[in-house]
Amino acid sequence: MKRTIPLFISAVTGFVLIGTAFIPKFVDWGNDAMAWFNLLAAFAFILGGGNLLKMQLQKISAQQPGWGYAAVTLIAFFITLFVGLAKVGVNPSVKFPEFAWSGEFQEEGSAFWWLFEYIFYPLSATMFALLAFYISSAAFRAFRAKNTEATILLSIAVIVLLGRTYAGVWLTGWLPNEPIIGSSGITYSDFHLPHLSQIIMDDFTTPGMRAITIGIALGVASTSLKVLLGVDRSYLGSDQEA
Amino acid sequence: MKQSTLIWTMLMVFGGLSLIFIQFNRGKGEVYVREVPVEAKASSKTSPEQTYRWSTYQQVPEKEKGKPGVSFSLSRTLGLWVAAFCTLAIFSFLYGDNPLYKFTEAVFVGVSAAYAMVVAFWTEIVTNLFAKLFPGFARMSFLPDISEDVQSDLLYLIPLVLSVLLLWRLAPKGSWIARWPLAFFIGATAGIRLISYLEADFIGQIQNTIMPFIVFDSKGSFLWIESLRNTIVILGVTSCMVYFFFSIEHEGVVKYISRLGVWFLMVTFGASFAYTVMGRIALLSGRLDFLFNNWLGI
Repeated sequence: MKRTIPLFISAVTGFVLIGTAFIPKFVDWGNDAMAWFNLLAAFAFILGGGNLLKMQLQKISAQQPGWGYAAVTLIAFFITLFVGLAKVGVNPSVKFPEFAWSGEFQEEGSAFWWLFEYIFYPLSATMFALLAFYISSAAFRAFRAKNTEATILLSIAVIVLLGRTYAGVWLTGWLPNEPIIGSSGITYSDFHLPHLSQIIMDDFTTPGMRAITIGIALGVASTSLKVLLGVDRSYLGSDQEA
Repeated sequence: MKQSTLIWTMLMVFGGLSLIFIQFNRGKGEVYVREVPVEAKASSKTSPEQTYRWSTYQQVPEKEKGKPGVSFSLSRTLGLWVAAFCTLAIFSFLYGDNPLYKFTEAVFVGVSAAYAMVVAFWTEIVTNLFAKLFPGFARMSFLPDISEDVQSDLLYLIPLVLSVLLLWRLAPKGSWIARWPLAFFIGATAGIRLISYLEADFIGQIQNTIMPFIVFDSKGSFLWIESLRNTIVILGVTSCMVYFFFSIEHEGVVKYISRLGVWFLMVTFGASFAYTVMGRIALLSGRLDFLFNNWLGI
């Protein structure tokens, strides 16, 4: 029962949804399943929050190293949760002013908006911005033109980087708009870095991306079939679970 | 404490204090808002006519300070300083792992987890579950714009039960029961993705690659640039696919074709790398712009 029923549920759900794609009358089933799927995903966030709570409380009660930071996490978590769920500082909707809870939970000026604007956004943006330093540092250490492939990667990265910024215009903007070889139609200005970068993106990157996309699609299809047919059961975890 | 740590800490503290001093003296780092009065009439025709009034506040540039209706906003000014502190605290990681960074990291974890929960609650659970199961109650409480004709959809009891089973995962006993909703989740993902990926990505990309090697315009003259571009794309996709075909030995002609495929892939990876770097640098410049422009007003 612990493993058979889940396998049955996943197989039935998956094959029914595949079937609805071929029978127009049952297309609505697919839409319903998507709505249910989104609801389960929303509850998964609650599960995630509950799990975070459990882990941080365990850390605090065991007085593990850094338990103070776990307390900070919990305080931040509860404050955000409270102001978001209680719609602190949210005005009612103009259309329904007599309903105190009718306003948008992310309304400008509300406490939840404040937390997003002045804490969540600066923190997440700076976290990702920090990666700029580490990417540059890693690239500087690792990128060496050791062989043909590495040289291609390095030179294309440099051309695209320069071509997509003002540096490209500044470095090659002086190239004249005159033909190179007779009436072939090729001019010196075709070698402007922004133009070269565009050619690379349109004609040389497209085939690579296309092949990767086709590969991903085949991978997704085969993995899905493995899951639906019960060949891949890794999502069920181990039998030792309580 | 090590000597270098002491020096850096003192530098950071003095730097921070002098920044605060400069800010207060120059009057920068302040946010001003304009009051926008709102007036609304009760929506219900049956209840006595009543007018509701409140104010919203719109942020204005600092130069509008002193104009009628414009006032200093303590909460937003405080927010600006908190955002600047958060930004600097995260950047302090460049110097090394430190308590300031760990503190903001802990805040980030807590806020982001709760943020995701709140968004999921208001956008999915209230709008798509609560409103479908109890439309009358939802109309009276959170969503007054639901039509009175809407009847409760009992089919939504199924996702409700599955969701409760999912939360069972947190229980000390019987957490295996959470596998049932998880199985639905996995099955639905597999079913939907299988069709959509095959349709949009597999067939779609192959369709886009089927194009003429030789291109002529409407007058019948040969367009060599377009022909060359098409040829490059077709050869590129084919050679990359040959490289991905691991069931055969890459020897003889196949070896050369797959090598060409690797070159095309290297071009793709090089361009992707450049784009990733540019994205991060853009974010970095955004944060520096916030610090220098919005906060310090330089």
